[in-house]
Amino acid sequence: MPAVGNSVARKDGIGKATGSARYADDLTFPGMIHGRTIRSTIPRGRVKSIRFDFDLAGFTIVDYRDIIGRNSVDLIEKDQPFLVEREVRHMAEPILLLAHEDRERLNAAKVVIEYEEEKPLFDPEQSSEAFKKIDIVKGDVASALMAADLVVEGTYRTGHQEHVYIEPNGVIAIPEEVEGRKGVAIFGSVQCPFYVIKALRCLFGAHPPIRVIQTETGGGFGGKEEYPSMIAGHAALLALKSGRPVKIIYDRTEDMVATTKRHPAIVRHRTGVMRDGRIVAMDIDVLMDGGAYVTLSPVVLSRGCIHAAGPYRCDNVNIRGRTVFTNTPPNGAFRGFGAPQTEFAVEVQMERIAEALGMDSVELRRMNALRPGDTTATGQTLREDTSALMVLDEAVRRTDFLRKREQYKGTNRALGLSLFYHGAGFTGSGELHLKSRARLELTPTGVRIATGSTEIGQGTRTTHAQIVSDALGIPYEDVEVAQPDTARVADSGPTVASRTCMVVGKILEECAHEMKERLNGLSPADYHARHGTFSVEQMYEPPDWIKWDDAAYRGDAYATYGWGCDVVEIEVDPDTFEVRPLKLTAVQEFGRPIHPALAQGQIEGGTAQGLGYALLERVVMRNGAMANSQLTNYTIPTTLDMPEVDVVMMENPYPGGPFGAKGLGELPMDGPAPAVVNALRYMGLDVREIPATPELIASCTATV
Amino acid sequence: MRTAISGLEVRSASSLGEALGILRDDRWTPIAGATDLYVALNFGTLEPRRFLDIWAVNELRDISMNGTTLVIGALATYTSLIRSALVTRQLPMLVEASRQVGGPQIQNRGTLGGNVANASPAGDSLPVLAAVDAVVVLRSADDERRIPITKFYTGYRATVMRPNELIVAIDIPPVEGRQWFRKVGTRAAQAISKIVVAGVRASVPRIAFGSVAPTVVRVPETEGSLAAGANIDEAARVLSREIAPIDDLRSTAEYRMRVATNLLRRFWIETG
Amino acid sequence: MKFVLNGASTDVKAHPMARLLDVLREECGLTGTKEGCGEGECGACTVLINGEPVCSCLIPVVQVESADVLTIEGLGDDHPLQHLFMNEVGAQCGICTPGMIMAAIALGPAPTLDDVKTALAGNLCRCTGYSAIYRAVLKWREMPVANISASATR
Repeated sequence: MPAVGNSVARKDGIGKATGSARYADDLTFPGMIHGRTIRSTIPRGRVKSIRFDFDLAGFTIVDYRDIIGRNSVDLIEKDQPFLVEREVRHMAEPILLLAHEDRERLNAAKVVIEYEEEKPLFDPEQSSEAFKKIDIVKGDVASALMAADLVVEGTYRTGHQEHVYIEPNGVIAIPEEVEGRKGVAIFGSVQCPFYVIKALRCLFGAHPPIRVIQTETGGGFGGKEEYPSMIAGHAALLALKSGRPVKIIYDRTEDMVATTKRHPAIVRHRTGVMRDGRIVAMDIDVLMDGGAYVTLSPVVLSRGCIHAAGPYRCDNVNIRGRTVFTNTPPNGAFRGFGAPQTEFAVEVQMERIAEALGMDSVELRRMNALRPGDTTATGQTLREDTSALMVLDEAVRRTDFLRKREQYKGTNRALGLSLFYHGAGFTGSGELHLKSRARLELTPTGVRIATGSTEIGQGTRTTHAQIVSDALGIPYEDVEVAQPDTARVADSGPTVASRTCMVVGKILEECAHEMKERLNGLSPADYHARHGTFSVEQMYEPPDWIKWDDAAYRGDAYATYGWGCDVVEIEVDPDTFEVRPLKLTAVQEFGRPIHPALAQGQIEGGTAQGLGYALLERVVMRNGAMANSQLTNYTIPTTLDMPEVDVVMMENPYPGGPFGAKGLGELPMDGPAPAVVNALRYMGLDVREIPATPELIASCTATV
Repeated sequence: MRTAISGLEVRSASSLGEALGILRDDRWTPIAGATDLYVALNFGTLEPRRFLDIWAVNELRDISMNGTTLVIGALATYTSLIRSALVTRQLPMLVEASRQVGGPQIQNRGTLGGNVANASPAGDSLPVLAAVDAVVVLRSADDERRIPITKFYTGYRATVMRPNELIVAIDIPPVEGRQWFRKVGTRAAQAISKIVVAGVRASVPRIAFGSVAPTVVRVPETEGSLAAGANIDEAARVLSREIAPIDDLRSTAEYRMRVATNLLRRFWIETG
Repeated sequence: MKFVLNGASTDVKAHPMARLLDVLREECGLTGTKEGCGEGECGACTVLINGEPVCSCLIPVVQVESADVLTIEGLGDDHPLQHLFMNEVGAQCGICTPGMIMAAIALGPAPTLDDVKTALAGNLCRCTGYSAIYRAVLKWREMPVANISASATR
């Protein structure tokens, strides 16, 4: 029986369910001390003075002067310091680090900082500093708008979203001697151990030995993609100065206030349509609030803009995107990475277009949905693995959408629908530049997978082992997966962008084929007994047909796309305007499920996060920082908030993916919010922003 | 800044007499289910340093009838209220309120006396108690006082309790008329209320609100107008002048006001 | 403080106002119980005290004097519910799993889906959307799992 396509026993073992799996805070090391970050209490200004109002005995104190390399977190730019030198650009910006053996003394240490405050900028629409601008041009939008029968305009807004991985950020830095040189090992809750290496090399200058080992990680969702470089750098600085292992674990409030969130966005649409429903022009303006430093904003903007036209064909498209500076904690990666924002906007816009035309919105979508052979906004010609119509038709059929929607008219129930897609892997030439590698090592009993891909609950260990098992033709039980330790595994690129199964899995498949040839009919055990071990390492080669022009933003943005159609049934309480989702049907096509139960888990989990984004999760900013920074007040869905979720997994294999698999992790995030808001629209509630809280909905209804 | 545990002192009592004796002699802050204690400690807003742990004072857990009065021991947990046949019979809206407090873990630890003593304007049980004119039974080593809950709160998180007193029970007089309860939270479970309403429909209706004022409140003008035969629209107008909700992290004054009047109507329709 | 921990008599030296969660994780070395929020909202710290699920991040250790405390470790490493959580993918990242199991383990013999949802309403999961957790728990109690996202592959 093949491993791929079956819900085989997971490689994680039973440790997560017995409590023996070790997360960062579960680890202790001899001589370990604790670290604490002293953060700014103003959103903008300069540090005037720092005074220590406590007994310094036993404390290690680190400030920017202790940095021997560059005081900057090396990411896309090098603009974000590990520690403030003078200038403060956001609330909770790290200024100082303290460490002590005794946590009570550590927490009681009073640091008095005086600032010269300046007037902060919080409104992205007022910001004149853009981190990145993007201009996607196809055809001639201006003329097409003039020739259109009707132009529909709309502005849509999405707010911050906080990841709420149930395990907060945490790392332990251990000073290590490596061949006579002082180095450091970082154990931590990270998605991308090699990103941390890159950032720490910037911090420490002359390449001391650094290795990063991923501990069992309690959720990531993008919140542990780039942020861990900051906390790891802090722990490393304290460890090297004190000579002792240093553990820094954020409590929930610190994590919510100080770390990255999803970029808020304002998206403006002007769409030219013909009376018969053909979309002839899409003019789209995307503004994203990047916060105080660049971090990943350019890439979030990029993905958001590329998806901004939705899964629709149109000959004339102009998408202008800007991500701008504000004096707020920098925003960063979060599952979906720009697409949930822009696909929310386009899907609500589609519903309004249908309304304006007096046309059924399913028909409007069907008419304009991308089909194989059509070109996207960036001019990419789509291939056979394009499934917009397939998922749309299945969702409409399965939910009896048209009939039920009519049936509910005039009641406090409604159905809403969204059609969406999500590019898998890094954008454009991204995968080429990543030069991701994977390695297979022969062991006495089988093979070991040695990649930098991290298991964060999505099933990396298992799906990679399934792919290798079938590609190599050996039992699944004989495949082991190495813990990501940067000193021992290949750099497979980050565990993000829905690429871990599709891209890294593909490299592993290729490695397995090469290994199989070398084994030449022998089992791994036999070969090992006779000849000892060997390893096969390969680098990812993107399909040769991918052509992308980074300067013009044109070409093949992604090797393949996942496709989805969500239908949600909701009920609105007429007294309290609370929205109760009753049932959500998620039809998703992602090539082929390697492990059906894990795939279903991605859809169910992503759908829950999407529903939270739609209805429940509101970040309240006050003076440039998250004010509702407790789980009591930032409300993610509980069991009682979740509707019945009906998942349909459809297949349309991507030839370039391992066994036809496409990426899946982010796709489910794009559907729920517009589906919910479209249901509200069908009840006569003109909602154009999320979260669609009861307060917002109340204000959309006539006051009695 | 987080309060240090090492700076705290605690002693435990296993009987009411022992507890009251300790409180007579010195200042200790009683703790029972402690569901708010560490939240305040983590935030550095915990003021007391010396605690009297009364969790083991089992004599305060009883739920019983004293004639026609339902006597609920101060240490009755939400779970015990939910499971109590007596409470289900006499004060079913307290069972409803208890089911909507937090989740099972909180229900297993939070107590009715704790909810009353904690004096939060958002306390879920408080509108229920206020709508039925519950009486808070306070004991000190030398004295017993019985204070109607409608006179128990003097302002935001302020009560008439003396430092040497413990709440020992909440007395519920017999309730005539249909009971009605509605909590509007931030989500379906583990939710702080944005607005809570409890009502009893009788010839003179009794209606209480939480989260619309610094304390739980009855609305005597609204009750009076309904008793005098005003229609529900007129009563809703009276209500909108009688309460003054605020904007906060969780909701807005406008929403609370709108929903309060909607729920008043719903109460009236459903109990009519 | 003397109490029964996972069936064995235990004496801890911690400050009486130390959180039970910290005493379990540090003095007792049982790191299976997790801290997700420190405010009783996420349930990752759930243990049983005298058979009842509670948030150990909210309990001063003085209050478990003479009580019976059960943590995830007390279930051993071969409990059917643990296997089901892994096989049904009720655990993805796993950080909420010990708390989730301890809340579920207190369920009666024939729970409906609503009973399960109510019993787990105090446990937050960010990965699964809960459906797979319901499947694991209902299968453990040998109850039907229809209507929890019957998934179709087409």
